[in-house]
Amino acid sequence: MIPELGYFALILALGMALIQAIFPLLGIWRDKMSWIVLAKPVALGQFLFLVLSFFCLIYAFVTDDFSVAYVAQNSNTQLPLLYKVAAVWGAHEGSVLLWVTILGFWTALVAVFSKKIPLQMHARVLAVLGFISSGFLLFLITTSSPFRRLLLNTPAQGIDLNPLLQDPGLASHPPMLYMGYVGFSVAFAFAIAALLTNKVDAAWARWMRPWTIAAWCFLTLGITLGSWWAYRVLGWGGWWFWDPVENASFLPWLAGTALIHSLLVTEKRGSFKSWTLLLAICVFSLSLVGTFLVRSGVLVSVHAFANDPARGKFLLLFLAVVIGCGLLLYALRAPFIKGGSYFSLLSRETFLLANNVLLIVAMTTILLGTLYPLIIDALGLGNISVGPPYFNAVFVPLMIPLLFLMGVGPLCYWREMNLKVLLMRLLYPAIIAVFLSLLLLLMTTDKIPVMVFIGLALACWVILVTVKSMLLKGWPLSFNHIGMALAHIGIAVCVIGITMTSYYKLERDVRMQPGDITTVGAYDFKFMGLTNLQGPNYTGLIADFQVTHKDQFVTLLHAQKRLYTAQQIPDTRAAIDAGIFRDLYVALGDPLNNNAWAVRIYYKPFVRWIWWGGLLMVLGGICALKNSISKRYIN
Amino acid sequence: MKFLLLLIILLATNAFASSDIYTFANTEQQTRFAELTQQFRCLVCQNETLADSNAPLAQDLRGEIAGLIQQGKSDQQITDYLVQRYGNFVLFRPPFNPTTYLLWVGPFILLISGLMLIAFLVVKRKRLEPNYLTNDEQQQLEQLLKDKNTEKLP
Amino acid sequence: MDVINDRREAGPSALTSGKPVDNGKLFCSLLRTCNMYTNKSRLQFLAPLVIFIVLAVFLWRGLSLDPRQLPSPLINKPVPTFKLITLEDAQQNFSNKNLLGHVSLVNVWATWCITCQVEHPILMDIAHASPIPIYAIDYKDDRATALKWLQSHGNPYKMVGFDGDGKVSINWGVYGTPETFVVDKKGIIRYKLIGVLTPEVWQHEILPLIDKL
Repeated sequence: MIPELGYFALILALGMALIQAIFPLLGIWRDKMSWIVLAKPVALGQFLFLVLSFFCLIYAFVTDDFSVAYVAQNSNTQLPLLYKVAAVWGAHEGSVLLWVTILGFWTALVAVFSKKIPLQMHARVLAVLGFISSGFLLFLITTSSPFRRLLLNTPAQGIDLNPLLQDPGLASHPPMLYMGYVGFSVAFAFAIAALLTNKVDAAWARWMRPWTIAAWCFLTLGITLGSWWAYRVLGWGGWWFWDPVENASFLPWLAGTALIHSLLVTEKRGSFKSWTLLLAICVFSLSLVGTFLVRSGVLVSVHAFANDPARGKFLLLFLAVVIGCGLLLYALRAPFIKGGSYFSLLSRETFLLANNVLLIVAMTTILLGTLYPLIIDALGLGNISVGPPYFNAVFVPLMIPLLFLMGVGPLCYWREMNLKVLLMRLLYPAIIAVFLSLLLLLMTTDKIPVMVFIGLALACWVILVTVKSMLLKGWPLSFNHIGMALAHIGIAVCVIGITMTSYYKLERDVRMQPGDITTVGAYDFKFMGLTNLQGPNYTGLIADFQVTHKDQFVTLLHAQKRLYTAQQIPDTRAAIDAGIFRDLYVALGDPLNNNAWAVRIYYKPFVRWIWWGGLLMVLGGICALKNSISKRYIN
Repeated sequence: MKFLLLLIILLATNAFASSDIYTFANTEQQTRFAELTQQFRCLVCQNETLADSNAPLAQDLRGEIAGLIQQGKSDQQITDYLVQRYGNFVLFRPPFNPTTYLLWVGPFILLISGLMLIAFLVVKRKRLEPNYLTNDEQQQLEQLLKDKNTEKLP
Repeated sequence: MDVINDRREAGPSALTSGKPVDNGKLFCSLLRTCNMYTNKSRLQFLAPLVIFIVLAVFLWRGLSLDPRQLPSPLINKPVPTFKLITLEDAQQNFSNKNLLGHVSLVNVWATWCITCQVEHPILMDIAHASPIPIYAIDYKDDRATALKWLQSHGNPYKMVGFDGDGKVSINWGVYGTPETFVVDKKGIIRYKLIGVLTPEVWQHEILPLIDKL
């Protein structure tokens, strides 16, 4: 009964979404107040039914209801409870349900926090969200219902969740990522509403800003968690692979970062209006394109969903309608948006403009690289691969000027700045950054790789300038400013992590027998031996490694090789000794002859800084959010 | 230990490969091996490098590459060896040829047009009167716009 | 750019001369200026839509393509030089010479490959129905197991080369069994199929090709 209830709730939610999409707009057109005010209760009702449906699916998982096809495919009685819940979004159908439920959540938030927004604007925003929701609900109900029953015979046991997904990192990563992806739909809806009313002003930018920042925070957190998960679970110690699926989350992040900055100019100076609108449309479009790429199987990726051409077609058609209408509206209305105001070459506007241009160039480049194999294939020119060497080669050079400008922007006035004053402000941070990074490098190594120097110097530069901007601003700082500072420092921390781990990591693939010692960097890894492992739904082996540093005991690492019993899938769990300045990483490979094992031992300096940087950015976003929410929505 | 045996048998079915670990004459060869295997794509797997993949074919190809390095073959010769057999698909760094001109030149075109856009906008905005709207007037204008839609939710 | 001139004329006279500003007038003049400016360059606002439509066309095309189907670079090239012992007899060889003088199929398979077992009855049918000889490369297999398997399930092959370490198959560019090659009289590879050789593929792709050779 419960799965049917969940399915029925979905249908009701679709009905509500349709009402939410149509009636407010009709009401505005026919001037019927009762239809306009319908938007809010219907949006809340839709959310309620989605939550109900979501809990029905969780219930089916928790009670091991294997008569539901999706549960039978992705769960198992042996699966720990946490992963039974996480298995809800472990595959295509459930993750679409999560997508729609999160959209419902954002819609409900928009419906509730609306005190200062004009009624008509509010109704239009909700209508756009309702339209998107209807599309996805229709997709869910017609092509990918997670509540489909296995009619003939109910299996006694489920197939089990993919072992790679049985990890806390992955249990939390998709919800966060989707909160980000889907959150940008609010910015999209605001942009469409503004285009419909032809009203793009500072007030509009102020309403839109918290939603954009909130979505951006979640997306940042989602990407950070995803990277952490890949590092821990995939067993290669990598934290970013430039895989199409990763790129699909990175593209909206880059465009979203650009949007936050452009929105700032629109809010403070009334400039870049049509550009901000275009970005708002683009960010959500990229989220949708990303969803399509991941689920249609048009690209080869490590994280593939089961592919079904019907789903791909539906998604692409819906995507074409949403994005196509959005961009058409933009083409029709944007030319009439009032132009911007004066600024000179040396002004914060210019630097924010440059920031936007660099971010969008980087975004387009990654999009080009991601889709290029598809384009070449579609033109019948053969099959090629575009991978990390390409992306690193084109992305890094774009980030260098961006980081440099990130230092200049916050020290610059709006509108106009005296060159001399600006140079004086930048002089000391620049000198200190260069010396500090040189000093740090000389203290640790005897030769200085150019890229490491550039990376470190730029990171120091960003941190120093950000601190200087806080000093210049003086106490008390606004939450906005603290938010900016934290996010920028987060980027710098991330850059330090990426630079150091890319250039100083040590990776050894060795053959080891119990008793063997391998030296990696200054650390000695002794293979102590193997013990058996018995988990809730897996068995396996634990290889113990004793790590010493100059004969001092450091830690004991337990690398696991698991065999998930339900599907008989082997899985490697690396043992990691996490530290501030370095991670020690041991993964057990395949058994070789003579009782020996292939072992991967990595020394990863500063790798954790990458994720700390991500968390700092999120924290910065939350600070900025606090300010704009209390100002614009609550008081 | 029964389990250990089971595990070994299970893994051995997809690991007919000889030892995964290769001995090189010098560290230069070892680094070259590490770097080269990162540049190639495993054909069997979804989207992994030869270095990362556990697929049997990837293990074999790692062995071939190690052998070629030990024979003193250059990086280019090894790349050609793989491309001859599997085509450009194995290269994670696509070659620069007519089909990939757009891929490699595209970013530069984008960057240059971006810079031109900045220059164009800066020149255009600079030519606006600095005090075409003073801050006060800006506020007045905003107030005016706000007044036009003061209706709020009940 | 007469737009800017227009703004310059309108600007200082109305706004910076210290007179009180008429908001309505200001707004109208702004709108007018804006219209004059934009009428000339509306195309730029259309660009994102055009780009998206192009992108969508490619994505639509992509839906009917399989990114995992790789055309072999060996097509229209001679068969790589190879010499394998046969599965039945370690003294006998299966090499390039065997493929000369007639059109032939070369099927790469293994007993551990489940899709190969699906393909096997189809190969049996072809072997019965068609005069085209089917050769095989037994890829990374166990010799005894493979022999036994062929004995119990039937042997559609004229000759089976045993490639225990898979090195010859690497030279053939094999990456996923089963794979089937069509080799012409001169020993040149004309066609390669990755995956199961279905009766449809045989009827509509391979037979017409063989007729031409």
